Amino acid sequence: MRTRTKIAGGILTGLTGISAFLIIAIIVIILFVIIKGGRSTISWEFLTAFPKDGMMKGGIFPAIYGTALMVIIMSIAAVPFGTITALYLAEYAKENSFIAQTIRFAVRTLATVPSIIFGLFGLGFFIKFVGGSMDHFFLNGQLKWAQPNILWASLTMALLTLPVVIVSVEEAIRTVPLELREASLALGATKWETIKRIVLPGSLPGILTGTILAVSRGAGEVAPILFTGAAYYLATLPVSLSDQFMNLGYHIYIMSTQSANVDQTLPIQYATTLVLLGLTFMLNLAAVILRSKLRKKMRNL
Amino acid sequence: MEELNKTNQFVFSKESLRKKFRLSEFLSEKIITGVAFLSITFIILIFFFVFKETLPIFHGNKESKEKANPELVQDQYGGGTEKQDQYGVATKEAKPADKPERYGVTDTDSISKKITEESVVKNVSSEESNSNALRRLAGKEWMPVSENPRYGMTPLLVGTLKITLIAMLFAAPIAILAALFSAAFAPYWLREIVKPAIELLAGFPSVVIGFFALMVMASFLQNVFGYETRLNAFVGGMAMALAAIPIIFTITEDALSAVPGNFTEASLALGASKWQTALLVVLPAATPGIFAAVLLGIGRVFGETMIALMATGNAAIISVNPFESVRTLAATIGAEMAEVVFGDTHYSVLFLIGTFLFIFTFSLNAIAEFYIKGKLIRRFQGRTAK
Repeated sequence: MRTRTKIAGGILTGLTGISAFLIIAIIVIILFVIIKGGRSTISWEFLTAFPKDGMMKGGIFPAIYGTALMVIIMSIAAVPFGTITALYLAEYAKENSFIAQTIRFAVRTLATVPSIIFGLFGLGFFIKFVGGSMDHFFLNGQLKWAQPNILWASLTMALLTLPVVIVSVEEAIRTVPLELREASLALGATKWETIKRIVLPGSLPGILTGTILAVSRGAGEVAPILFTGAAYYLATLPVSLSDQFMNLGYHIYIMSTQSANVDQTLPIQYATTLVLLGLTFMLNLAAVILRSKLRKKMRNL
Repeated sequence: MEELNKTNQFVFSKESLRKKFRLSEFLSEKIITGVAFLSITFIILIFFFVFKETLPIFHGNKESKEKANPELVQDQYGGGTEKQDQYGVATKEAKPADKPERYGVTDTDSISKKITEESVVKNVSSEESNSNALRRLAGKEWMPVSENPRYGMTPLLVGTLKITLIAMLFAAPIAILAALFSAAFAPYWLREIVKPAIELLAGFPSVVIGFFALMVMASFLQNVFGYETRLNAFVGGMAMALAAIPIIFTITEDALSAVPGNFTEASLALGASKWQTALLVVLPAATPGIFAAVLLGIGRVFGETMIALMATGNAAIISVNPFESVRTLAATIGAEMAEVVFGDTHYSVLFLIGTFLFIFTFSLNAIAEFYIKGKLIRRFQGRTAK
């Protein structure tokens, strides 16, 4: 009896361990394959040159530039909104009030809505409704804003990354010790002054973590920008908000599925994937390190 | 003594205790509250605007009239120009954009003209086509770009369900077992490595997983299993599992860790071994949480676009064979929205698919949120209180 339970226990523990390490092994294999496939192609020139010969040669600079620009516009939109929503949830809302619960539910829903739906929303709302109205009222029906561009793509992406910002900023705000708030209030500061001078500076690392995570998410998503602004090839870099842009993820997708000679561009595809994966990987790693440092600091307080 | 009373009265009079009205306080609170409400607004807006574009299907009459007059259709999307506008499609260099460019489709102009002509014919019996609209959506053929376009969503739904099932059969057991390992068996130092490592997988962009599946997994699995079509539901499902694993793992791990310590202690004190406690006490106590994790994993797979686009073959076939190509709902939107004529039936049908996806994932999330969480809380509190 005893040996039997021991064997069963051994099998169970072994199974769980194998599962965990299987997942890690898959991660390692993905990293290995993509690094191996892309390493030799990556060079300074690859990162800073335009595509040449109908995408057969050359670099991916416009895609990197477009991704960076989109992510910056996205952060400008998502971070303030996310921070303020987190402030409301952590500082103003009563914990179990109906309103707070509803907002929390809405945030979690935003996080689980499929990314392609954001693309449809960007098309229906930003391009057709907002852009269409802007053209109608400001440009007398001239077509400028009612078409895909980097602004609408970035705003669509901002909506997608909003929950990421909210969750990590709220967590950071909650780690600001209550005593600091009480001390500030006791000295006669008002609630808003306390938030402005004590809570927000204290949660700055959390806001930074949230931004990094949002940037990493936004840089990697493709579905929302499929029809809100990404372009396969552009000869010039986007200069105005109403321009289309190239994007790393979209570049990978088009090159690997839609181009005429997939095999010949394989090294470029691997290298582009490596750049994208490296970028998101580094950002995530930075966020993890920042967060664990933050938690350690909070524990010591 | 008297003096003291006096000063006390002076400090704590009713007047002085009343909160002073400060404009900046008032404004900041109202603005913050207002912004917080935006997230609710966004959900409603998403539903409203995605659903709005599907409406033409249900007003078959009005739609076919609009179609009878092609100019009207073009005006609708603020085009103003005489060409058909297309979104998301590459604008290659400075080519004059008179001719819309499309991938994978040839001679679409004539096709879309035919579609228009056909709907004019249909207009004659508009009453009939209106009642048929919904029935046509349940058809068995998805051929949106053909002389006689058919929008039967059955193959797409079957394909999506097939992929979801395959992905879940693979992802759920592995993720749950791994979570059990991390929460119950692994020593602290190992847990600190395993958990962040698996969560890193959540940071992999889906296009990267799709690329990996397309280039490496597809060939590898074909070599192992020896089936015919290289890209099929099995490959797609396996790749989707990679996207679902971190979600299921994280939520299950949280649920397992949230089981009160006195459950475990009581079980161990009664003489149960570590694995018996994990399997027979901790795991059952966390079942609602695990169920929620699986639901959210299903939601993720159901709506995943890029992996489906890249690794499933994208052929709308109805079959139960896991080694045949499939086309999922989300991939259909992603692949065809860029080629569609705005205001067309095809366009509306794609938005209808979007509405369906939204409602489906929304319901999954709502179930996971309210039903299961409520159950979990009641279970822990109910038992610990006794």
